Amino acid sequence: MQPTTQPEQPASPPRLEARDVTMRFGGVVALEHASLAARAGEVTCLLGDNGAGKSTLIKVLAGVHPPTDGVCLLDGEAVRFRSPREALSRGIATVYQDLAMVPLMSVWRNFFLGSEPTSGRGPFHRIDVGRCREETRAELAAMGIELRDPDQPVGSLSGGERQAVAIARALHFGARVLILDEPTAALGVRQSERVLEHVRTAADRGVAVVFVTHTPHHAHPVGDRFVVLRRGRVVADEPREALPVEQLEALMAGEAG
Amino acid sequence: MSGPASSISDRPAAGVLARLFTRPGAAAAVGAVLIWLLFAVAAGPAFRSLAGTASYLNAAAPLGILAVGVALLMIGGEFDLSVGSVVGVSGMSVMLLTTEVGWSVWPAIGATVVICLFIGFLNGLTVVRTQLPSFIVTLATLFMVRGLTIAAARGFTRRTQLGGLDDVAGYELARTAFGSAPVAGLRVSIVWWLGCAALATWVLLRTPWGNWILAAGGQPEAARNVGVRVARVKIGLFMTSALCACLVGIIQAVRFTGADALRGQLQEFYAIIAVVIGGTLLSGGYGTVVGAVFGALIFGMVRQGIVMTGIDADWFQVFLGGMLLLAVFVNRYALVRAQRAP
Repeated sequence: MQPTTQPEQPASPPRLEARDVTMRFGGVVALEHASLAARAGEVTCLLGDNGAGKSTLIKVLAGVHPPTDGVCLLDGEAVRFRSPREALSRGIATVYQDLAMVPLMSVWRNFFLGSEPTSGRGPFHRIDVGRCREETRAELAAMGIELRDPDQPVGSLSGGERQAVAIARALHFGARVLILDEPTAALGVRQSERVLEHVRTAADRGVAVVFVTHTPHHAHPVGDRFVVLRRGRVVADEPREALPVEQLEALMAGEAG
Repeated sequence: MSGPASSISDRPAAGVLARLFTRPGAAAAVGAVLIWLLFAVAAGPAFRSLAGTASYLNAAAPLGILAVGVALLMIGGEFDLSVGSVVGVSGMSVMLLTTEVGWSVWPAIGATVVICLFIGFLNGLTVVRTQLPSFIVTLATLFMVRGLTIAAARGFTRRTQLGGLDDVAGYELARTAFGSAPVAGLRVSIVWWLGCAALATWVLLRTPWGNWILAAGGQPEAARNVGVRVARVKIGLFMTSALCACLVGIIQAVRFTGADALRGQLQEFYAIIAVVIGGTLLSGGYGTVVGAVFGALIFGMVRQGIVMTGIDADWFQVFLGGMLLLAVFVNRYALVRAQRAP
């Protein structure tokens, strides 16, 4: 980190920040002056009811929608991504709830999809399948999942395990920011707990995690900071200490703030 | 990491047969063996002889080449109904460029390949740009390409059947490459068929492109999210299927030393049938080229076997439709199994 920073930013800038973002689709205002900062090693929870603007905000962060107004900053530097691929190449990985995996493809093929390691030259240029299998197994073992056969289709994994594969994949490819879109939404209690552990693991490895959920009870145990959206506006942006779970629930329900 | 390690694969192993049927294409291999046995008994020594073997392999080869391209495309989640028409335009293009324009055989073949690749490119571009179902887009191409082929043939020559390729310079070498039968009645097209299938299998299973094809057919949105250029993959697949059709057209033009504007009709359906019998799902994302090879082999064996048995050839179509239905049932079963635990 640079020792001489601007006076209004005494600490290092957030890894990824949306500052004063407004997003309009035609006449519909999806976000109004919304801000969110994701810091390295922290889990920033983004909460809100359906239609509050959570998806829009993460799509702005992930480079899907360029904001109508406002700016995104990566390491304190203004960025304007033209595509999710560009955001990905800058280390911003997004895991969407249902669209993270190809169910009929094997675990290792999914794991390395789009970034296949190759060996050989010319006509023998090929995927290094042995390495893929081994690294998939190792990375999942590091997350506490014993995978005996990396060739089994992802469709045979549970929902929680699929999220784990997606998170492990993002970490493996050096994600600096990990945006998780409702990773616990369709899961039972036990599987949710395991996914929450993975969320924490990612942050403990120094990644800036943005965890989107509409369940305060999922957010509170793992979150360092909570941003609550309501009808496109940020109604709360508080550290964990300042926001007990009851108050978070109340905010979600629209009774306070 | 705290908490117990979750175990994904500690489940009882399925039976050998059930496991076999979850492998795409395995059912087609079993089916091919059964059908060979059926005709080996029913048709007798004629079917089992070298000449009999050559006759069904020769019949299977052109369809097999088409099925290679169509299989890759269907695994990538799209259809191509225009391949039969591309077979027609390919042969007619070779004939017009040689006998009418006056080129020798090889430049004509080169230009024909470019024309066919362009048709495939237009198919692909239209599908990815408009997001229309490829079934409809290539159905339109089927008629347009066929119509243009007939119109061009009539316009230049007032005929729709042209001959005389064997009088054109370069024919001898082309005949060796595309039209000969070097060993025991086995045509060189069988080499093209198996060569294309081997290359396509390599691409599908061992290159990044193969991974992207599977993903583009299985869950295109997920593929895009991790940076796969799905549109580019699909356009490439349409060009591949057109290239396979082009090769079949060239092989037939060289072999028959001429072309018919109607050549290749119905082949688009036969190719899809061979691919589906081979275990590829109509919904995309799942299948093998090897399965399509067995699908085409079954097609060839049934077509020749029925004749050798002395059954009226009309029954071939009945048999083919029945095989297709059976294959779809088996594939659905395989899909359910594959989604379940291994």
